[in-house]
Amino acid sequence: MSEPEMVLNNPVQVATREQDLIQSVQRGQHELFYELVRPYERRVYAAALAILRNEHDAEDAAQEAMLKAFANIRQFRAEARFSTWLIQITVNESLMRRRRERTVPMEGLDNRREEESEYAPRDFADWREIPSEALERKEVRQRLAEALGTLDRKYREVFMLRDMEHLNIQETAEALGITVASVKTRLLRARLMLRDLLAAGWEQGWFSRLPFEKGTKPW
Amino acid sequence: MVNPGTVSCEQVWREISNYVDGDVDAALRSSMDEHFRTCKRCASVLAGTRNVVALYGDERMLEVPAGFGRRLEKRLAKGPVVTGSVWSSLSAWLVPMAAMIVIAGGMVVTSSLTHGHFFKSQHAVPAKDIPPDMVVVVSSGAKLFHVPGCEFIHDKASERTLTAKEAMQEGYVPCPRCLRQYLKTGLTRESGSGSAYAEAEGEPEGELSVAGH
Repeated sequence: MSEPEMVLNNPVQVATREQDLIQSVQRGQHELFYELVRPYERRVYAAALAILRNEHDAEDAAQEAMLKAFANIRQFRAEARFSTWLIQITVNESLMRRRRERTVPMEGLDNRREEESEYAPRDFADWREIPSEALERKEVRQRLAEALGTLDRKYREVFMLRDMEHLNIQETAEALGITVASVKTRLLRARLMLRDLLAAGWEQGWFSRLPFEKGTKPW
Repeated sequence: MVNPGTVSCEQVWREISNYVDGDVDAALRSSMDEHFRTCKRCASVLAGTRNVVALYGDERMLEVPAGFGRRLEKRLAKGPVVTGSVWSSLSAWLVPMAAMIVIAGGMVVTSSLTHGHFFKSQHAVPAKDIPPDMVVVVSSGAKLFHVPGCEFIHDKASERTLTAKEAMQEGYVPCPRCLRQYLKTGLTRESGSGSAYAEAEGEPEGELSVAGH
């Protein structure tokens, strides 16, 4: 195994390597910046996509965010996680674009009322677990992405930052400029709605050709 | 305090997300555990919620468009040039501007050495060969600049980040612990008896040791 591969397998060494890279870039070794951000390409892109919902805009916003991070790297403080800082810049960039382009309709009062009301998850007679191995199949990922796409923006953004970007509740609240309580409420709603959507998808045969269907009934 | 077994389905649904995140107290967790053992519907909701978290949390769900990295690398190679933004003209004047700042900074430092009282402490010792772009921190009321994280930073609540060059321009001098290697040590004892730095930060005199960074 080569030395860089060994380093990547050890989380402590990964963190140390990241710290070294940050300091090197801050001191002027700009050519190392791409190496620093490469592990976060997916997450940065996904954060932008969560807000903009358009692949082209998301890529542009993600790259712009990376450039802004590059330009402001000296302001990065070691107390924060670099990934969180990067995601925060991406969220800000994406929100700014969305405000500027006004491509997404503003939320109305109805949405607010809906958030405050209770959500009762549906009762499914035959609802099965979708094992993570199923994600190897593009059509499964596509179905999951479609289900996510049907959520209202405010639920989708919280869900993506929390459950896909793995920000904690506080970080999600700060990134979106909402309260911790709102994050928790929206996250609950998003998770339950997705559970219901996937169960309904199961009933409609979305996942009918999955290999685990026969004889497996987790619940 | 929630009694085990007394929690309703509606309460379970309200807390199920916090339960999955491990963000419920022990009493409520125990009640919910008991509820899941006896309520098939809520057990199904729990399993489904966990399934959602596991599936969407999987890295395979996040796909970047083909060539994303290559395109990013290309844009980075051009420098932080963003269409229609302030960065577009940055690279053109950044180098000469930096050179001017270095010269101006040098003049200020030289001037302060010659005329005495530019530094925040009249006993302060200037830096030698310190990288001008080095990120350092200062705090209000103090006279030294430090490497971020130095344990000798006074009043961390008022910490401010800047470059070594900017710090020197503002009259700060290097911390003798974390930036010892950049001190003109030959001058340290020339300004009088005892340590100039102990006076600068209002600390008692004593052996100067380099803090581990």
